[in-house]
Amino acid sequence: MYVIVVGAGKVGWNLARELIAKDQEVTLVESDHRRYRIVEEELEHAVQYGDATELWVLERAGIQRADLVIAVTGDDEDNILICQVAKEKYGVQRIVARVNNPRNLQHFKLLGIQPAVSATDLILRLIEHEVPEYGLVQLLALEEERLEIIELEVGEGSPAAGRRVQDVPLPDGSLIISVLRDGAGFVPKADSMIEAGDQVLLILDPGLEQAITPQFAPNGASPNG
Amino acid sequence: MFILIVGAGRVGSAVAKQALEAGHEVSVLDTDPLSHERLDRDQSASWEDAGGRFTVGTALEVDALIEAGIEQAGVFIAATSGDNTNLVIAQIAQRRFKVPKVVVRVADPGRAAWYGEQGLITICPTQVAIDQATRVALATN
Repeated sequence: MYVIVVGAGKVGWNLARELIAKDQEVTLVESDHRRYRIVEEELEHAVQYGDATELWVLERAGIQRADLVIAVTGDDEDNILICQVAKEKYGVQRIVARVNNPRNLQHFKLLGIQPAVSATDLILRLIEHEVPEYGLVQLLALEEERLEIIELEVGEGSPAAGRRVQDVPLPDGSLIISVLRDGAGFVPKADSMIEAGDQVLLILDPGLEQAITPQFAPNGASPNG
Repeated sequence: MFILIVGAGRVGSAVAKQALEAGHEVSVLDTDPLSHERLDRDQSASWEDAGGRFTVGTALEVDALIEAGIEQAGVFIAATSGDNTNLVIAQIAQRRFKVPKVVVRVADPGRAAWYGEQGLITICPTQVAIDQATRVALATN
């Protein structure tokens, strides 16, 4: 896989390093000359100097044959435009953009820049993951594919507790894909038992959460109520 | 016609003044409160006395765009000093607020051409300078 990473800050540099360690072909592009010199000492020919919002810089980096473009500069406008041009002008199949200011996430969505990764959002997700009172944790939203993966705790006395997977009345378009119990996870079969205290992962069509959560809420109560 | 201009630099402020003189409603948005001076200069009355609007704010903030009147705008001009800011806010004006005419200043000729093909009205001062310089330099007499 050929990956172009734009922005050699902490995120971009480490990302490039990890990808190279995983035997991927990587070009890192950095527009600040001093930063470029520092990074070049380690990454050598894998880093190029230039402003990747300019088309010729992207072309010099080989964007025509890139499988993935990752824009992680500290500037949201730059990240939006780099990804937009990569996708719409050069037909790059996969893009990833960093959102520096969460308030700008709406602009990434408006212009079809997905996935847009916001550190603030990720930390919030982690907090939610650590604080089960939230009841439902959205782990992954695949917006283009229109699928979500959520995590739910099976409440004491909930309809799902003590039932086999096949007997939990879930709406069409949803599926239990994993059960986490006592620190270990397994992929359940139709006759696997679900117990109170389990964490279950479900994959579902967006919008089905309301129909699903009551099955796992303690004594049928709303988990958020 | 209601015209919203983002960026009160040399270009933005001059266009704003001309549009106001031509009898249009004009609103200007800039991050720098001091840029207001460019709108006043060479006029007996202040920009507001002359009927203009001025808002201090960042164009990427939707609230600032709305305060500056983007929802009523018939023309949107992105004329900040940054190409990338201009291209993003122009697309916000076009796709989110459905402004009928969106004009964007892009210094980089390569992207001015490509975004022009994508439906934005791009103005590229660099390309104008290139064309003019070439024409003058290569003129035979």
